[in-house]
Amino acid sequence: MTTTPINSSDRTNVPDSLGRFGPYGGKYVPETLMPALAELEAAYNKYRLAPEFQAELQGLLKDYVGRANPLYFAERLTEHYARPDGTGAQIYLKREDLNHTGAHKINNALAQALLAIRMGKQRIIAETGAGQHGVATATVCARFGLECIIYMGVQDMERQKLNVFRMRLLGATVQPVTAGTGTLKDATSEAIRDWVTNVENTHYILGSVAGPHPYPMMVRDFHAIIGQETRRQCQEKFAGLPDILLACVGGGSNAMGLFHDFVKEPSVRMIGVEAAGESVLSGKHAATLTEGKPGVLHGAMSYLLQDTEGQVVEAHSISAGLDYPGVGPEHSYLKDTGRAEYYSITDKEAVAALCKLSELEGIIPALETAHAFAYLEKLCPQLEGRPRIVINCSGRGDKDVQTIAKYLGIFDL
Amino acid sequence: MTSVSDRLKTIQQNSGCALIPFITAGDPGLETTAKALQVLADNGADAIELGVPYSDPLADGPTIQAAATRALQRGVKLEDVLEIVKKFPHKTEIPIILFTYYNPIYYRGAANFLQQIKEAGVAGLVIPDLPLEESENLLQLATNIGIEVTLLVAPTSSEERIKAIAEKSQGFIYLVSVTGVTGMRTEMSNRVKDLLVELRTVTDKPIGVGFGISSPEQAKQVKAWGADAAIVGSAFVKRLAQGTTEEGLKAIGEFCKSLKEAIS
Repeated sequence: MTTTPINSSDRTNVPDSLGRFGPYGGKYVPETLMPALAELEAAYNKYRLAPEFQAELQGLLKDYVGRANPLYFAERLTEHYARPDGTGAQIYLKREDLNHTGAHKINNALAQALLAIRMGKQRIIAETGAGQHGVATATVCARFGLECIIYMGVQDMERQKLNVFRMRLLGATVQPVTAGTGTLKDATSEAIRDWVTNVENTHYILGSVAGPHPYPMMVRDFHAIIGQETRRQCQEKFAGLPDILLACVGGGSNAMGLFHDFVKEPSVRMIGVEAAGESVLSGKHAATLTEGKPGVLHGAMSYLLQDTEGQVVEAHSISAGLDYPGVGPEHSYLKDTGRAEYYSITDKEAVAALCKLSELEGIIPALETAHAFAYLEKLCPQLEGRPRIVINCSGRGDKDVQTIAKYLGIFDL
Repeated sequence: MTSVSDRLKTIQQNSGCALIPFITAGDPGLETTAKALQVLADNGADAIELGVPYSDPLADGPTIQAAATRALQRGVKLEDVLEIVKKFPHKTEIPIILFTYYNPIYYRGAANFLQQIKEAGVAGLVIPDLPLEESENLLQLATNIGIEVTLLVAPTSSEERIKAIAEKSQGFIYLVSVTGVTGMRTEMSNRVKDLLVELRTVTDKPIGVGFGISSPEQAKQVKAWGADAAIVGSAFVKRLAQGTTEEGLKAIGEFCKSLKEAIS
């Protein structure tokens, strides 16, 4: 494969030197962490284009992660949404689910581990919701012999038992977090507290395009390979650009990874799909961009689910990875500038889409990913001609089978 | 009304060390908070830090996190906290410093928020998740309205940052004594001594040491190292929440007195 070095500057002009995407982003953290963020940013700038760093990263992405992963034409899904006259969306899947560990998360975890080693940090911490980022982090820590502590909410530990076991098998310590609702928000807060306390010997591998600068930029850049490969593969398959990019958004890392290389291609429509939980009207949802207001959470300004006192409210989603009241600041920026569109999908719609993709294509997607597929139901009837849609198939669904069985009322799994 | 800086400078000029207790507003109940302010005033507090409960207190350890969660479960709102400040009769000589995270300020609009707390009689503000780089606008607004915003220095802060923070900080400089979150520690790191020396070379402003002081011995230690104020939080919050209201109030009164004696 040909490798494209990570270089964000030629694609977009954000963030600025203070980590701002328009009004969003920044560094809202205790003073104790400010020097560590500066150190991380300096290390990132030093190594991101360094040939030896890129050689090691690209080599591991190829031989350890299994990149490039395919861009797959989903023939039966395409037929399913075709009109009687044969027109309709041509649906392609970017197969991040085929990466080692089963999701896109490893792109970032691997790159950050390589940075941590160069910064001399031997202790790694991370937060996880669905467990995919936790598994990816535990995996790379095992690969490099680094100490690994994963913070995970107790509710998420229950609904993602398989991933908890995987992390432990990989030698990581899974630290249960009981605060709040015991979900991703609480796990992230606890990881930040750990970092404040152990910052001198610890690197925090933040798993989304969220948090204080430089994380939203750095995590985006480490996932930008998704869009870069997609561009090349579209060229090979149909000698053009895709018309529509579709991805689920919790914090928003898989979506930013797919979008980034196309932000400056005005013909490419970009759609992010959030979790509407039980429904947006019920109040039990995680539709931050469609229902939230700007605020500050976990070190960044972005859209946020909050009450009239400015207290952060609990999010709800069947999918642990989308169950988060915040969102990455660049998504807030893309929403406000109109460059990307954001919609939401309920638990019920997501489960139906998961079943449909399993039956039509023999691919069981993660519940998070299923939200993106579910939006096809609404999108396809609106489209004319034969537009080419690339969906980020961001993760596989093995981890979710118990949750789905419970949801569908099948208890004797 | 006495500003935080005037109050602390007076003590500094007399070679003393001020005592600044912290309590979480609304834990274990708003009435108790009002009574606690009085008890602290009666037992030697020179200024009082009042924590506004927040859903995601990133800089706080388990004691203050739990107190904030309990207060929020009781439905405590900013308006309730300010009502207590309004009714506190000693705020002219014992300035009240609000400790709040940034999102509730941003949500209301910084100018509105500052106006509202000023009207209630608050003198100072500490925002643990608003570092120097993000504070310019707020510092300007606060200067215009007459609220002193105190910035924090941490053990990890570089020499240049310490200098820049000391220059911008209002009221006093809040020296975080541990690399970590709030909570009780058994020992004071010698690093605090070095930081106090370092800070003193770049500023004449009063320096308050906090995060981790939980005993009269530790307060005495930071005074000996040159601190102008000792800030004690979790140790008060924990005592106030234990037993009945009367027992809690009695315990913080005695504790406050013992701290004051140690640094007098």
